[in-house]
Amino acid sequence: MTRYARYFLAAGVASCLMGGLARADKPADPAAVSSEDGKYADKDGRPTFNVGKDGKVDFYTYIGYVRYTANCMHCHGPDGLGSTYAPSLVNSLKSLDYADVMTTVANGKKDVSESSQLVMPSFGENKNIMCYIDAIYIYLRARSVDAIPRGRPQDHEPKPKDFSETEDSCMG
Amino acid sequence: MSKTFLTGLLTTGALLSSVLTAPPVMAQAPAAAGKDWSTPAGSLNGQRFSSLNQITNENAHKLQVAWTFSTGVLRGHEGAPLVVGDTMFVHAPFPNTVFALDLNNDGKILWKYEPKQDPNVIPVMCCDTVNRGLAYGDGKIFLHQADTTLVALDAKTGNVAWSVKTDDPSKGATGTDAPIVVKDKVYVGVSGGEFGVRGWFGAFNTADGKPAWKGYSIGPDSDTLIQPGKTTDLGKPVAANSSIASWQGDQWKIGGGATWGWKSYDPQTNLIYYGSGNPSTWNPKQRPGDNKYSMTIWARDADTGAVKWLYQMTPHDEWDYDGVNEMVLADQEIDGKPRNLLVHFDRNGFGYTLDRVTGELLVAEKFDPAVNWASKVDLDPKSETYGRPQVLPQYSTEHNGEDVNTTNICPAALGSKDEQPSAFSPQTGLFYVPTNHVCMDYEPFRVSYTAGQPYVGATLSMYPPKGDTNMGNFIAWDARTGKIVWSDPEQFSVWSGALATAGNVVFYGTLEGYLKAVDAKTGKELYKFKTPSGIIGNVMTYEHAGRQYVAVLSGVGGWAGIGLAAGLNDPHAGLGAVGGYAALNQYTSLGGTLTVFALPRD
Repeated sequence: MTRYARYFLAAGVASCLMGGLARADKPADPAAVSSEDGKYADKDGRPTFNVGKDGKVDFYTYIGYVRYTANCMHCHGPDGLGSTYAPSLVNSLKSLDYADVMTTVANGKKDVSESSQLVMPSFGENKNIMCYIDAIYIYLRARSVDAIPRGRPQDHEPKPKDFSETEDSCMG
Repeated sequence: MSKTFLTGLLTTGALLSSVLTAPPVMAQAPAAAGKDWSTPAGSLNGQRFSSLNQITNENAHKLQVAWTFSTGVLRGHEGAPLVVGDTMFVHAPFPNTVFALDLNNDGKILWKYEPKQDPNVIPVMCCDTVNRGLAYGDGKIFLHQADTTLVALDAKTGNVAWSVKTDDPSKGATGTDAPIVVKDKVYVGVSGGEFGVRGWFGAFNTADGKPAWKGYSIGPDSDTLIQPGKTTDLGKPVAANSSIASWQGDQWKIGGGATWGWKSYDPQTNLIYYGSGNPSTWNPKQRPGDNKYSMTIWARDADTGAVKWLYQMTPHDEWDYDGVNEMVLADQEIDGKPRNLLVHFDRNGFGYTLDRVTGELLVAEKFDPAVNWASKVDLDPKSETYGRPQVLPQYSTEHNGEDVNTTNICPAALGSKDEQPSAFSPQTGLFYVPTNHVCMDYEPFRVSYTAGQPYVGATLSMYPPKGDTNMGNFIAWDARTGKIVWSDPEQFSVWSGALATAGNVVFYGTLEGYLKAVDAKTGKELYKFKTPSGIIGNVMTYEHAGRQYVAVLSGVGGWAGIGLAAGLNDPHAGLGAVGGYAALNQYTSLGGTLTVFALPRD
């Protein structure tokens, strides 16, 4: 639960920081500059992907694919490509950064008018999503810059040794 | 077909409108739709057959668009309008607008109903904000709104006669199904199998909306209205609390078994028939046992809800093969004996033929040759596994376990057929079935339950069967033998309900947006017209001022809309296969429109 709470708080803080700011700039360079226990980070310390020359992906990108497809695909389409009722996240992540994504996932989003009925629920209380939100973000970040193709990643780095323990404590 | 039978059908059709205007009790449910189309399937037996015969296999090629109507809604348009007398009733997805159109005045809008609903219900609706249509009876139009409000509208004015809340969307329950009316009651079910809802099927009085009875899919006998010792399962009396006994712990309380499909009714037995959907979660490891009575065909007494018989098609589901598809009631001879049949094309790819009076299982055969998850259904009454599918271990996600990707399972989770209803022609004796020809990889894993949040527990990816480039077929099926008679391939899944008519024509729509007419005997295409959007609605027909019309709602979306922008994966492309699986958005775009067809006036 501790890790889960941290996600939630992080998202809340991000929400405050982002309030009222219009974002026109592109998200930062996704290149991985460091890694800890199989989880990669960009130069600003944001979670990111790592794809080897042979196409092998980091474990988080792989788990991100699995969890995205179980929890997000029903609305946002296979491989992040969108559907008739929710936007393509491959496109959205070209202009949204980590904090934007965390805020939207935790708080939800509404665009309801005469011509539009788009509603994303708040997933802040949903462990199936919040316990994997970094992985989902990492996967979509990779998709948004075309670092990985459609479909299930064919090969991935081994599961980090503390991954299962962290997962269990988050899922409760 | 005998002349007497045909005369009988025509008479019933002609009588229909007068019967309907004499509420509240229908003496005899019509055997076929005639001038009116007053219930979702045209008739309560679910046949989607019309006795109208102006449009025939000889002249269908001359069909033209007579008029069109926009619903103003962009989401997926399932279901079909109703016609009662001189009025057509058209429904739309969320916000669930209903229009009454004057057929005497070029479809002028007589009234419009638009409920105010909390938009927070939108994301609780798995797979688009669809609604499958309206029911008519007792001078009222019935609508089950997204927010689970069942509302009765005065058919003449559109004024709300009464409304009743059937469930709670904050817990993941939503209304998407088309009600039906039998005698003095209106019947609805609930959606939410992917949110851990416990499914139920309920009857409400048409007069005032007062609940008459409610039978859960899962739970103690007092909730399911199963009568231990009396209710039968494949001919054998059911033991006490057999549902709960097939679950571990409290999982049954969030166990699914949603009931969002079509309903049918047999006046001879006074039984109402429908199916229940998948158990929750999609991860079979989290719910050991048969998970009764998800994935089940139900026969309940229409007055009391007491269960006469039931049959679970896919015990302990491992693939999301919901059992909610339509139950078509038809009388045919098997082995020289006249039988009262119930025919059901399940998501799991088997076409089932049962005796609808006793629940005896007569035929269970694959209606898509690609189906591979089970070798067959055991039809030996002496066998210990009687009635159960013989599951192949390599396609068993239970056997392969959590966090393992089980590959090349056919059909995919959306089934060899989803909700798109089939039609039956008493003239040819054949069933006309819109099908999906899609396979999948399925990986289950542990999930945690939060009320009102998605509760899925598996990742899947879908693609056409290896070596094939078509993702759908429109087939003619002989339910007496369990054999495909003819099969028309379609590039995309056929997601539109079929219509059969006495003119020996069968109609259906395609995801690209074509309305197609084919010869009922041969499947030969007679006519096609590309409507403004992809068709996931059901084709219906009616007669007005002496002229036969055919109508269909287009407006792509629903489960099919998931693949609209993306198309499906082609896992074999890397192996050099030809990738013919273009995205649907190269063919069609959103928008709800009704298109009405007729022969030209001479």
